[in-house]
Amino acid sequence: MEQFSGKVWLLGDDIDTDIIIPTEYLALKTVEDMKPFAFSPLRPELAGQIKEGDIIVAGKNFGCGSSREQAPEVIKALGVKCVIAKSYARIFFRNSINNGLLLIENPDLYDVAAEGETIDVTVGRSITCQGKEYPISSLPENLLDILNAGGLVKAMRKLNGLD
Amino acid sequence: MGMTIAEKIIARAAGVDNVKPGDIHTVEVDRLMSNDGTTHLTIDMYQKLKNPHIADVNKLVWIVDHNVPCDSPKTAASHKKMRDFAKANNITFYEGKGVCHQIMMENHVCPGELIFGADSHTCAYGALGAFGTGVGCTDYLYAMVTGQSWLLVPETLRFNLTGKLNEGVYARDLILTIIGRIGANGANYKAMEFVGEGMKTLTMSDRISICNLCVEAGAKTALMEVDDIAMDYLKKQGREPKACFKSDEDAVFAQTYDIDLSSIEPIVAKPHFVDNVVPAKECAGVKIDEAFLGSCNNGRLEDLRVGAAIIKGRKVAPHVRFLVVPASNTIYQQAMEEGLIDIFMEAGAIVMNANCSVCWGSCQGVIGEGETLISTGTRNFKGRAGHKDSFVYLGSAATVTASAIKGEIATADML
Amino acid sequence: MGATIIEKIVRRNTGMEAAKAGDIVTVNVDRVMIHDIFIPFVADKFEEMGFKKLWDADKVVLIYDHLVPASQVDDTRHFRKGDEFAARYGMKNVHRSDGICHQLMTEAGYVKPGNIVFGTDSHTTTYGCVGAFSSGIGYTEMASILGTGKLWIKVPETIKVNINGKLPSNVTSKDIILRLIGDLGADGATYKALEFAGDTIENMSVASRMTMSNMAIEAGAKCALFTPDEKTAEYCEIELTDAQRSLVGDEDAVYCRTISYQAEDFVPVMACPSQVDNIKPTTVLEGTEIDQVFIGSCTNGRLEDLEAAASVLKGKKVAPFVKLIVTPASRKIYRQALANGTLKILSEAGAMITHPGCGLCCGRAGGILTDGERVVATNNRNFLGRMGTSKVEIFLASPVTAAACAAAGKIVTPEL
Repeated sequence: MEQFSGKVWLLGDDIDTDIIIPTEYLALKTVEDMKPFAFSPLRPELAGQIKEGDIIVAGKNFGCGSSREQAPEVIKALGVKCVIAKSYARIFFRNSINNGLLLIENPDLYDVAAEGETIDVTVGRSITCQGKEYPISSLPENLLDILNAGGLVKAMRKLNGLD
Repeated sequence: MGMTIAEKIIARAAGVDNVKPGDIHTVEVDRLMSNDGTTHLTIDMYQKLKNPHIADVNKLVWIVDHNVPCDSPKTAASHKKMRDFAKANNITFYEGKGVCHQIMMENHVCPGELIFGADSHTCAYGALGAFGTGVGCTDYLYAMVTGQSWLLVPETLRFNLTGKLNEGVYARDLILTIIGRIGANGANYKAMEFVGEGMKTLTMSDRISICNLCVEAGAKTALMEVDDIAMDYLKKQGREPKACFKSDEDAVFAQTYDIDLSSIEPIVAKPHFVDNVVPAKECAGVKIDEAFLGSCNNGRLEDLRVGAAIIKGRKVAPHVRFLVVPASNTIYQQAMEEGLIDIFMEAGAIVMNANCSVCWGSCQGVIGEGETLISTGTRNFKGRAGHKDSFVYLGSAATVTASAIKGEIATADML
Repeated sequence: MGATIIEKIVRRNTGMEAAKAGDIVTVNVDRVMIHDIFIPFVADKFEEMGFKKLWDADKVVLIYDHLVPASQVDDTRHFRKGDEFAARYGMKNVHRSDGICHQLMTEAGYVKPGNIVFGTDSHTTTYGCVGAFSSGIGYTEMASILGTGKLWIKVPETIKVNINGKLPSNVTSKDIILRLIGDLGADGATYKALEFAGDTIENMSVASRMTMSNMAIEAGAKCALFTPDEKTAEYCEIELTDAQRSLVGDEDAVYCRTISYQAEDFVPVMACPSQVDNIKPTTVLEGTEIDQVFIGSCTNGRLEDLEAAASVLKGKKVAPFVKLIVTPASRKIYRQALANGTLKILSEAGAMITHPGCGLCCGRAGGILTDGERVVATNNRNFLGRMGTSKVEIFLASPVTAAACAAAGKIVTPEL
C-alpha cells in the first residue's frame, strides 16, 4: 500500500475552480504556463511556495464550479501529492481521477491540521496527523481501474491497442 | 497677405489679426477631448502638480471608448480613475456611448474652434471647419490647467476636388489614394485643406472619413469650408458655429493638388503602412480571417448602409469573423431602425456595442498569429490589430463587406 | 416500485429496467457539446488516446462562445483548432458566433427530452429544462466519449423540489433558484439530481426553467430535471412521445429529500460576494452603491429576461457613471429582441449591447472590473475574482432586479 508524507497547505471551504485557475489564464497553451496563476485570486504567492510532494488540506466542496480540467491538472503540475478535503464537487472529482490526481475525503482532518506541518498518508487506509490516526476509505473499483491505468488517456490508449 | 482656414482659426485663438506659417503663438484652446487611451496618465501627472486646478471645466470632454466593455482589471482601473476624476470635477463624461471622435462630432465640435484631443485622429473635426489636432498627455495637461497652449502655424496643402466619385467608390478610397500619393509623412506638420466643386458631392460622413485619416499622411490638422451640408449637420444637432472660415484668395499654400473624384478607384492599403496603397483588385484573392466594419473612420450610418446593401441575402464566409461596430449609440439606434443591424445579424456578422474595437486592437476581435484582417479602421501598422505577426489591410466599407462574404479580399463588383 | 425522472432516463437509455440511484452504469450518449476554450484540449486528448474516428460526428456540437469576440491574441488559436478538428473528423455542427453553448443546444434542437447529453462546461445541467439528463465533464472524459459514445455514471439520488402557487410580480425563477441554492448550500446537492414539480413550475416558461436547471450546478447538482410538457414540445418543435411524457417522478419513487415551497413566499434576492449560496433578500441590501450591471449569460440572457429588463428601464436612463452591459444569449434572441423593440429600449436607456456570447460571465472580457467596484449581474457565479480582481464584489440577481438597480445606481428592490 502506498505511503507518503507531505507538508500541509491549508485552504478553506468551497475552494472553487476560478480560484484554482482563473478563466483569464485558461487559454494559455499549456498547464505549465498556467502554473504561476494557480490560486491567484485567493493566495497569489501560493503557486510559488508549493513544493513537490506537498499536500493540500481543505474544507467542504473543494473544486466547486466549472468543469475546467485545468484545475486538477494545475494542482498536479505544481507537484501536489494529494488533496485531502471534507468533500469534493462532482466534476472536479471525476477530472482528478481521470488525470491521476489522488483525492482523499476525510471529515476531520481540515479541523485539526495546521499549515506547514507534515502529515503521513497510507493510501486507502489512514492519515496520521499530530500523532493521531484518521481512517480513510478506498475508491470504488471502476475508479481504481482508471487510476491504476495511469488516468483515462492511458486507459483509452490500452483500449485502442496502443500501449 | 491672405490666410488659409488653419491660419484664420489660429489667429482667432491667439487673439491676433494675422499669423503666417512658422510663427509660434500662444492660443486659447476651445475644447479638450481625452479618452481612455491616456487620460489616466494625464490624471497621474495632474495630481503631482503643486497647485492642480482646471482652467475651465466646460472645455473638457472625456470619453471612454477604447476598451469598452472593459477587457482586463488593468483597463478597468484606468477607467475607474477617469470616471472618479470626472465625477469629482464635474467633467462632461461619456462611457460606452461610442468612439470619441464620433461623439465629438455629434455633440460638441463647432466650426471655427481650436480643439485638442489626446488622440491622433482628432483631425476629424475639420469636417465641421474646426481645427482639431492630436496632442500627447503633457500638452493636454498644460491646456487643461491653463486653458492655453502654444502652436506652430502649419503650412497648408490644398486639395482641390472636382467631379464625383463613381458608384462603388467611396471617400475612404479617395483619402487612401491621397495618402498613397503624398506618402505617410507627406503632410508632416502641415494642414490639409479640402475645397472645390467636388465637395458638394461629399456627405458629412464622407468628410469626417477624409479628415479623420489625414493624420496618416502626418497632417497636424485637416480642414474644410463650412457649407450648407455642414451647416445642416450642425443645425440638426442644435449647435451654432463659432466662426465659419474660408481661405482667402491670396492665401499661400505650400502646394495645391487637383483631384478629379471620378478618377478614384477602390483602393486597399496593404500591410504594414497606410500609404502602401494599391487598387483593391490587385489584392483580390488574399485569404482573410477577419473583417471589420466600424471605427471613427467608417462606422457611421452611411457606411453601415453600404455594407448592409452588399450583404443582404448573403452570408459571411464560414471561417471569417465579420465584426460590425457602429461608431456611436446614436448610429446603432438609427441602424436598428433602418433594419441594418438585423441584416448583419442574419448574415452571420458579430455586431458589437459602439467602441473602437479591433481598430485599436487591444481587446475586442484581436487577430492571432499569422492571421489576416481587412478593416475600415484607421491603421494597418504591424501588430496593430493583435499578434505582432499578423496582417491588416485597409479598405472601404464596401470592400470589407465584400471580402467578408467571399472569405478573401474582393471588391463588391466581384461578388 | 416507482422511479425518479433520472432513473427513467437511465433505464430507457441502457435497457437496464432495474437501474436505480447508486448503481454505476454505462450510458449511451445522445449528444455532446464542446466549447471553444476546451476544444484544443479535447482534440489533443482524443488523438493521444489513439482514436482514428468519432463515434458519431452528427452527435458532436462545437460552439465558439467564451472567446467571441477574441480579446487576447492567442484566443483565435482555439477557433483555428476547432475548425481543423471539425474538418478532419467531419463535424458539421459548428457554431462560430451564434451565441452561448447552453442556449444553442436546446434552441437549435440538438437536445430533446429524455436525451443523455454531456458538455465540457459545468452549466451543461441547463438541458434538464427540457427533461434531458445533461451534465458537465472534463475534456479527458469528453475525448473518451468522442471515441466510444459511452460514459460511466453513478445514477444519482434525487432531491425533489415542489413549488406551488403564484409568484409575486417582482420575483422570477432566478430568485427561486438562488433561494434554493441558499437553502441547500453550495454543496447541498453534490452528486444528486434535482427534480422540480408543482403548479408554479408547470406555469413557468421553458426559458424560466432553463435559468433554474442552469444554476443547479451551483448547489453541486449533477443534473436538474423538469418534466416535459406542452411548453417543452412547443419549444423543441416536436410532438412528445409517450416515453417523453412519462418522464415524471412517480409518487412512490425514492427521493433522498423533498423540499416544498409556496410561491407567494419568494422575494427578490441576491447572491452576495463571493459565494452563490450567500443569499440575502434585496431589502437588506438596499442602498448599496453599484458601478456596473450585467444582463446576459446562459442563466438570464433570454428574450423574456431582456423584455423584463426593458419593461423596467422603458423611458428611464441608467444612473450616471453606472454602466449597463446587455449581452443576449444567442443570435436568435438578439434578432427577436431587435424585432420587438426590446434592444431599442435598452439602448436608449444607455445600455451597451454586445454580441451574443459568454461575455462578462466567464470573466475574460465584456466588462471586467477592478478593486473596489461592485457589479450586479444576472449570471450564475460570483466567485472571488470571477469578473476581475479579487476585490470586485459580485451580486447575482434576476434581470428585473438588475435593471432596477441600473436605473437607481444602487441596490434596490424592484417594483412591478
